[in-house]
Amino acid sequence: MPTDTFSAETRGGRLHLRFAGPLDRAAAAARWDEAHRAAKGAPDVTLDAGEVTSLDAGGAALLVSLAGHEAAWVEPQDPAAKGTLERFRKGLSAARPAMPHHYRFRPVSALGAYTLDRYRKFLERAGFMGDTILTALGILPRPWRLRWAELLRHLDEAGTQAFPLCMLLGTLIGLILAFQSSVPMRQFGAEIFIPQLVGISLTRELGPLLAGVILAGRTGSAYAAELGTMRVNEEVDALKTMGLDPMAWLVVPRILASTLVMPALSMVMNVTGLIGMAIVMATLGFPPIAVLNQLEQWLSIGDLAGGLAKSAAFGLAIGYVGCRSGLSAGRGPRAVGDAATGAVVGGIVALVLLDGLFAILFFRLGW
Amino acid sequence: MTEPAQTEGPTEGQTEAQKEAQTDTPPEAVIRARDVAMRFGRRTVFKDVTFDVRRGEIFVILGGSGCGKSTLLKLLIGLMPPINGEIAVLDEEWAKLEGEARRGLLRRIGVMWQSGALLGSLTLAENVELPIEAHSKLPQAARALVASAKLGLVGLGDALDRLPAEISGGMLKRAGIARAMALDPEILFLDEPSAGLDPITSAGLDQLILSLARETGTTFVVVTHELQSILAIGDRCIMLDKDAQGMIAEGDPKKLRDESEHPTVRAFFRREAM
Repeated sequence: MPTDTFSAETRGGRLHLRFAGPLDRAAAAARWDEAHRAAKGAPDVTLDAGEVTSLDAGGAALLVSLAGHEAAWVEPQDPAAKGTLERFRKGLSAARPAMPHHYRFRPVSALGAYTLDRYRKFLERAGFMGDTILTALGILPRPWRLRWAELLRHLDEAGTQAFPLCMLLGTLIGLILAFQSSVPMRQFGAEIFIPQLVGISLTRELGPLLAGVILAGRTGSAYAAELGTMRVNEEVDALKTMGLDPMAWLVVPRILASTLVMPALSMVMNVTGLIGMAIVMATLGFPPIAVLNQLEQWLSIGDLAGGLAKSAAFGLAIGYVGCRSGLSAGRGPRAVGDAATGAVVGGIVALVLLDGLFAILFFRLGW
Repeated sequence: MTEPAQTEGPTEGQTEAQKEAQTDTPPEAVIRARDVAMRFGRRTVFKDVTFDVRRGEIFVILGGSGCGKSTLLKLLIGLMPPINGEIAVLDEEWAKLEGEARRGLLRRIGVMWQSGALLGSLTLAENVELPIEAHSKLPQAARALVASAKLGLVGLGDALDRLPAEISGGMLKRAGIARAMALDPEILFLDEPSAGLDPITSAGLDQLILSLARETGTTFVVVTHELQSILAIGDRCIMLDKDAQGMIAEGDPKKLRDESEHPTVRAFFRREAM
């Protein structure tokens, strides 16, 4: 219960608002609506705070909000309360209210600004790609310039540490694909062809694609977050001022690592997927040797090689997108999060686009 | 060994607490630390730290890098418990407080972090409104008024709708003080308020702290190793030392500078290598 008292009386056409007792945040919150209802529409207001015994910023906010420009004041008698009110007024007089943003819809200007922004980003991306290619080509004849220890660290982080996840997902995908296809295949007595269906799906398409999604989620985002943090902490600028090329130090080892590990991740996904499929086949009464025979008969080395080549391209794109997102991160506190999100989204989009291009290429080549 | 330094006759520019401290009855202690010790793993940061902070004074915790100043601050504001000893803030012990009682004590203190620690996605005014929203039922219009007044008092009245990323380091610290003052706290803790600022901005911040202490009667606990600031604003101080693993001096900073016989205290105040 508030221990303060509040009254509103109209005397001689003038509204008298009288506060007494302790007027703190809780009292102000409790009286806010009541006092403002009473003061609404009153042309002349007298604010009597003479008997306010204590005041904090919340109470001062209530008094000031009721006063308007023309109010007559009875100041608090209590020196501390009077001081609080004076400080509050002093602070408020120094504050300029935020100007409201008057938004006007100008479609042509908006379209122009958007186009210019996209064009600028395109140029930045093209520049980054050019830098990356030139740096990588520069390193080729001088491999000692590559930071091998850094490359090994990234191979471990992006590759070997991702193997358990790939094995788990690969096995589950193999199991699911075999189970789902066994139902319609059984209607035609064609369960024996499940290894062919799952094998080709995995090696040509699903293995590389799912490994790519894992790489984008795990490694692409980690690249962006790490490089984004380095940029926010000005470590990238420090490298430049030391005469060290951030592309050679930071970008090339990461992109090389993601390109090299992707075929390995795809292979793990393929093998564990086939094992998952073999488990389902065993429950359907087909021994492992029958599954192996089917795979040997229908699965060509070209299927596997095509999938692995595609994987390397996926790895290149995901590593590139992750590094670009990180190094183009802004300076604010949200920059790192935005960079990581951009890396995952951009990586997956690049993955699907490349997959489509490979599908057309393989079709044209009759592969 | 802790070396006490006695305070003598009033000087110009003193806070109310300093003047009162020289009268017969010193102001009540708002913080009491007794035999406080802190350890991380096997490394003892400090032990046997005992001091009082009196109402209305600007109390400085000083010392070299790594001596445990910021750790002591975290103990004082209840972010972590000491390994040993007792800390009472406004007659309450953090260790014995839970739930609403803890929130009640949190309402009575304010903390300004070294980096400002403002939320990057909110404007300065919204940052200041945040603690008011969390601890009161004031409507948005009232919160906005309070935020404007607080930011106006620290000289940021024209930056209400700016984001933290858009302002300078000195402005960030001022905004941090405005947010810490949002609930009219009885004690304001400031962690390295002058660190990383140019001398002019740093002096401006010192003036702001002094004027707030004088006008509001708020108790300030300031963690710093900036010599100029310590001498400009400090009513009393304690000095921590890494090698001694605890307090090595207590008293008026100017007296310690002029009269201390302790080699580390002398070296600190005279900016001498040891």
